[in-house]
Amino acid sequence: MPDTSRSDHLSSWNIQKSVTGPTILIIATIFLVILPVFTGAGTLRLMIEIMSLVIMAQAWNLLAGYTGFVSIGQQAFIGIGAYSLFIISIETGLHPFLAVPLGGLTAAAIGALAAPALFRLRGPYFAIGTWVLAEIFSILILNSQRMGSGIGLNLARIIKTIPRNLRTNGTYWIALGFTTLTIFLVYFLLRSRFGLAIRTVRDNEASAESVGVNIWKIKFIVFVIAAGLTGCAGAISYLNTMFINPFATFSVEWSALLIFVVIIGGIGTIEGPIIGVLVYFFLREWLADFGTWYIITLGVIAIITMLFAPEGLWGLFIKRFNISLFPVGAKVTMKNINNSN
Amino acid sequence: MTVWIDTLIQGILLGGFFALSGLGLSLSFGIMRIVNIAHGDFLVTAAYLCLVVSGLSGINPLITIVIIIPITFLSGYALQKIILNRANDGSDLTPLLITFGISIILHNVLQELFSADSKSLDAGSFETVSLTIGNIHIGWLPLTILIVAFIVYIGIYRIMATTRFGRIVRATVDDQEITGLMGIDTNKIYCLGMGLSMSIVGIAGSLYGIKSSFFPMAGGNQLLFAFETVIIGGMGSIWGTMFGGMALGIAQIIGYRIGAGWGAFAGHLVFFIFLFLKPSGLLSKGDQHA
Repeated sequence: MPDTSRSDHLSSWNIQKSVTGPTILIIATIFLVILPVFTGAGTLRLMIEIMSLVIMAQAWNLLAGYTGFVSIGQQAFIGIGAYSLFIISIETGLHPFLAVPLGGLTAAAIGALAAPALFRLRGPYFAIGTWVLAEIFSILILNSQRMGSGIGLNLARIIKTIPRNLRTNGTYWIALGFTTLTIFLVYFLLRSRFGLAIRTVRDNEASAESVGVNIWKIKFIVFVIAAGLTGCAGAISYLNTMFINPFATFSVEWSALLIFVVIIGGIGTIEGPIIGVLVYFFLREWLADFGTWYIITLGVIAIITMLFAPEGLWGLFIKRFNISLFPVGAKVTMKNINNSN
Repeated sequence: MTVWIDTLIQGILLGGFFALSGLGLSLSFGIMRIVNIAHGDFLVTAAYLCLVVSGLSGINPLITIVIIIPITFLSGYALQKIILNRANDGSDLTPLLITFGISIILHNVLQELFSADSKSLDAGSFETVSLTIGNIHIGWLPLTILIVAFIVYIGIYRIMATTRFGRIVRATVDDQEITGLMGIDTNKIYCLGMGLSMSIVGIAGSLYGIKSSFFPMAGGNQLLFAFETVIIGGMGSIWGTMFGGMALGIAQIIGYRIGAGWGAFAGHLVFFIFLFLKPSGLLSKGDQHA
């Protein structure tokens, strides 16, 4: 690969510097870290739910928004992460907090094993292939007594051994830690050379290959990272509810939720998934008395967004005010031509 | 030995249904390049439609299929015209995401309208009688479904191979732009294509409702079965899809023989093994013909 930093080179690429985004994130993080001091367990549980969804949405967005391959089987990794946490803590007695990263690792490992088969499918076919993967794990668990079959597993007995004030607060801080980690990881990943290569693959596979980008390797790394993050989020999410069953955990509704949230917020941006998650929770609380109408409403909004404003809420916002908190788009500067936008 | 012959026959009978349902999906893949994620939900919706129509009219659901076909044809036409033609922006992921949205909306609406309880269509004693040859029982209902599947396949094959519409469709699949320049309204061809695909969904959905009980969330599995049928069949030809249906049917029956909970699993596994064994990536752009 050419060394782009050499001054005598024809062109160089750079990414807009941003201090605002990371600064806002750091201030927000400090506030969120001390939040348990001000609020009760109910609010914290809701925050955990919000944050695990943010992690999952960021991971889906990393896959679809930047690499361009859509998965509708993310529930496979949510379920694998969550079930790993439950089984590891129940069978080995390991502290459930420590089992969270193990849930993520298991999900990443299974993602890595399934990738060679799934990558034979392109675009939409890949999407449905990932769903089949989720179904395979769902059926395996349904048929295993040890993993709770269709009845599910309960973590309450183990959670009770953790001191009361640490139960929710601990889960909350873990969720916060992984959310921060995810956002920074995605941010720095995309600003790196690797990030540039990722987007080349999305925009045009053939030309990416012609300039020496190893497409298969890039897809593989991104897919496994996304699987791992989603696995952690699944583990955190079900650590929060303390109860798990294969129907809900491996439900395709998870992927639907992630997709709706990212589309509405703005696909291909870091801010978008966060905004989309907030829109979802707002709708859910607002339409709480009307059964499943909140998810129907969310779906309708997502379809309208896709048809009429594919850049999403954050995209509309950027267009209007021309700012970006987490700029990851690269600009090529030709030598001797100043300010070529 | 009899067990194996029986497994094979039951597999082919079940495969008849998968082949029929898979053909609907295969047509929308092949003609519009749309991967219709809502396929399974449309199938289940057709079953509910059949439930309502036969419930209101008191006519046997097998006969109401004749009423269901034009309704699903028009729904497909309208769906393509109002939504999917707008989503035809060159990326094949936009239609994927839109049909996924429709899928989620549809089964949640079905649940609000009909509750989450499972329903079934009553086609009378026809459902339970069977033909007995030696130790092997062949149900009249699955046999009828298999025969219907063959008739529909021959019909679609004839339409694609011999009619003017079929020629235009094949030309549109090859090159939408050039066909458009020849004065063909390709958007209208897409609408008719979706109508055709949904007519098959109407037939398959009604038969599905007669052969098994159904509930709003059943669409997901039906999509996966249809998808596996099309991929195993190899996308190349209409008859490939028929073969895929049979292969999936046999795999699932073998699974059921092992244990009640393993039918769908065996099918998924065969699908994955198939992906591993297939030497190169499936579905290069050239082999998407219907």
